[in-house]
Amino acid sequence: MADSVVSQDIPSVYEPSLFGTYSKKIGMWLFLMSDSLTFGALLYAYSYGRISTAGWPTPFHSASIINATIMTAFLLTSSLTMVLAVRASVQHDAKAQTLWLLATMVCGAAFVVLHGKEWSNLIAEGLTLPMFPAVPGHEANAEFANVAKSVPQFPSTFFTLTGMHMLHVTLGIVYLGVVALRRKFIPVLLVLWLIAWLGTPAYSPFHYGSHVLLLAAIVCGIILWLKPKVYDSSDVEVAGLYWHFVDLVWMFIFPLVYLMSARIL
Amino acid sequence: MATHEFAAQAHAHAAPQGFIRKWIFSLDHKVIGLQYFFLALTAVLVGMFLSLLMRIHLIWPTVPLPLLGEIKPETYLSLLTMHGTIMVFFVLTTAPQGGFGNYFLPIQIGAPDMAFPVLNMLSFWTTFLGFVVLLAAFFVTGGAPLHGWTGYAPLSALQSAGPGEGLGADLWIISIAIFCIGALMGALNFITTTLDMRAKGMTMMRMPLTCWAWFITAILGLLAFGVLLSAGILLLMDRNLGTSFFVPLVTVNGQLTGHKGGSPLLWQHLFWFFGHPEVYIAILPAMGLCSQLLSVFSRKPIFGYKAMVYAMLSIGFLGFMVWGHHMFMSGMSPYTAFAFSIMTMAIGVPSAIKTFNWLGTLWRGKLRFTSPMLFAIGFVSLFVTGGISGPFLAQPVLDIYLHETYFVIAHFHLIMGVASIFGIFAATYYWFPKMFGRMMNETLGKLHFWLTFVGAYAIFMPMHYYGMAAGLRRYSQGTEVAWIQHLLPLQKFITIAAFVTIASQFIFVFNLFWSMKKGKKASDNPWEATTLEWTTATPPPHDNFGGKTPVVRNGPYEYSVPGASRDFVMQSDEEIKKKH
Repeated sequence: MADSVVSQDIPSVYEPSLFGTYSKKIGMWLFLMSDSLTFGALLYAYSYGRISTAGWPTPFHSASIINATIMTAFLLTSSLTMVLAVRASVQHDAKAQTLWLLATMVCGAAFVVLHGKEWSNLIAEGLTLPMFPAVPGHEANAEFANVAKSVPQFPSTFFTLTGMHMLHVTLGIVYLGVVALRRKFIPVLLVLWLIAWLGTPAYSPFHYGSHVLLLAAIVCGIILWLKPKVYDSSDVEVAGLYWHFVDLVWMFIFPLVYLMSARIL
Repeated sequence: MATHEFAAQAHAHAAPQGFIRKWIFSLDHKVIGLQYFFLALTAVLVGMFLSLLMRIHLIWPTVPLPLLGEIKPETYLSLLTMHGTIMVFFVLTTAPQGGFGNYFLPIQIGAPDMAFPVLNMLSFWTTFLGFVVLLAAFFVTGGAPLHGWTGYAPLSALQSAGPGEGLGADLWIISIAIFCIGALMGALNFITTTLDMRAKGMTMMRMPLTCWAWFITAILGLLAFGVLLSAGILLLMDRNLGTSFFVPLVTVNGQLTGHKGGSPLLWQHLFWFFGHPEVYIAILPAMGLCSQLLSVFSRKPIFGYKAMVYAMLSIGFLGFMVWGHHMFMSGMSPYTAFAFSIMTMAIGVPSAIKTFNWLGTLWRGKLRFTSPMLFAIGFVSLFVTGGISGPFLAQPVLDIYLHETYFVIAHFHLIMGVASIFGIFAATYYWFPKMFGRMMNETLGKLHFWLTFVGAYAIFMPMHYYGMAAGLRRYSQGTEVAWIQHLLPLQKFITIAAFVTIASQFIFVFNLFWSMKKGKKASDNPWEATTLEWTTATPPPHDNFGGKTPVVRNGPYEYSVPGASRDFVMQSDEEIKKKH
């Protein structure tokens, strides 16, 4: 496409922009700056709680750590496929671009599903917030139940940090879906919402959490209605920035929340 | 990669057809600016009414009011909370940045619109939603929250902590969170627009100081609101999911709450990490505007343009280093307090540079005492008066005595409240001709200025004395407190001054709406100013410059240039040949 050719020499009506780049990219970097402060505040709250609490528990057994490692592998792989999607978009290979974007979304979805399963297990075993409803027909793990009772900061910070991150991954999947499929993605999103809503038991936090997808479908619908344009390579690149950022945040959360709370010794 | 041509096309959008796309869901930054302006105007009237009720209650605590009945102590706290929240978020943050910044930043840098028009529209409607949610807190069971605009935990974190701490407090937090999202979208848009869409020749160092102020304010907003958003989410979880981020082991009415292990100080850290930059978010646009107006109406270049830019940048930077000075009462280590104290007093340096330069601009200028100029000079006065009590409060030893008194109320109202409001007034009088095509009435403007100026001092100077005499803030019934009984006449004086000042604001409101219809027709450049908004038609066309993009050849403050044919050279005029 002509508009993605470098033509810095053509006299422009504007002053040269920052680093000669385009607005959307600057906008995304700014969003990421602000979002890193949002996560920074949560990590600060976590560190504050951890330092000020004597005897911070380290209850995660190897099953949790292995699961989180597999999740990490999925997320890292998704960053690779994202890079390939960006490369395909620069080469104007529309088909490969869509395929790699879908691959990225699948990896992201795998991360969310694994994470969701882990949350459900932890909640069922007793590592839970006071207001999460009890899970019927499940034996509580004495250690987790004890942690939740004696150090409520542990489950609080765990669910907040990982929940916020999970929300970011979910919205990232929606974002990529819109870039890859545009309007066609809205019905897909609605189907995903119905699956997530009806497929989870009523006591699960994901039962209510699934409505994020409905909300996202509405917002995406409005945005696509207001700006019904074709997305180009710059949109893929900007979406990639977001995706890599979410991946990067996990690289802080994984060691801080999981590895430092692992019962290895 | 994409080019600027591409950027230009991406930003362009056709003029909208139909009422809804033109005036309601508009993508035009000028309409959005007006929407923000009128939102802030509505909010300021509500906030002002609440302060009036508080003033009445303070001197006649048991007298029933028509329609509202007697104000109970807890209602007083609700009024206080809502007054603060509405004023800080929906007036001081909304009007100068969202309103005037939105309207004039793109025009002043020569752009057809903001970088992201859809985002701009979303940010307004998000802010609007936040306001509606906040007002809803008045009407739910228990009424509005009573934890103050700072929302200190554990009061704010427990449903059972008092009336208004139920659904009302939830709505308050949700409103703040919504506002944060809107403010973040706006900040992102402002920064990108400034970096990316300046017309040819509009280098950063040729930008009017208003644009610098909006730019720096947006950076502060971008970094501060994200933190408040997180804090709000955590608070909401404490209240509704039973987590204990901010709540230690406490009892309410003898009952254990079930929370334990949290720290109220964590809330204070997170809140003030946002809260202090927020003070500058409110005042910086007024500083930029005041610099602009003093130059225009002194017919002189601004004194020390670069110093002004660097002073604003360093105020913005230091603003993130001093949040601890709001927490001297928390029992922090004296060493930490000392560090925060030094950093706080360091802000006095760039502030003094700015004041010096404002006076230097006025010095031997050909002064034109129009309404906007009066408000700009009034701003300098209030900035100095309000600012001078800053170094007192910056010292932990003094602050521990003064912090819970009216001294602090007087300090922050003068500098953050009234000074910023003066900036908003100045901006309204100054830009009204460009926005509505007519002039505001000068006589009413001057009357409004003198009443407000004298009124503001009459309200807030006595509060300093009241505070030094240990008149405690947040007390709803000071009439019952023995040691301040003898100061009741002072409180009465303040209330009467508030009556008069509030009444005189209706001169402004009348002038505003009357002039829209009946004001004198304005020319394209009624103030003989140099910046780009005065080169275009009045009111500006949809794309700001009627299909052209201006080329900038001069700095923003070329007044009384020797050898020029008139006493100002516009930014888009022929380049001035300067002798070096």
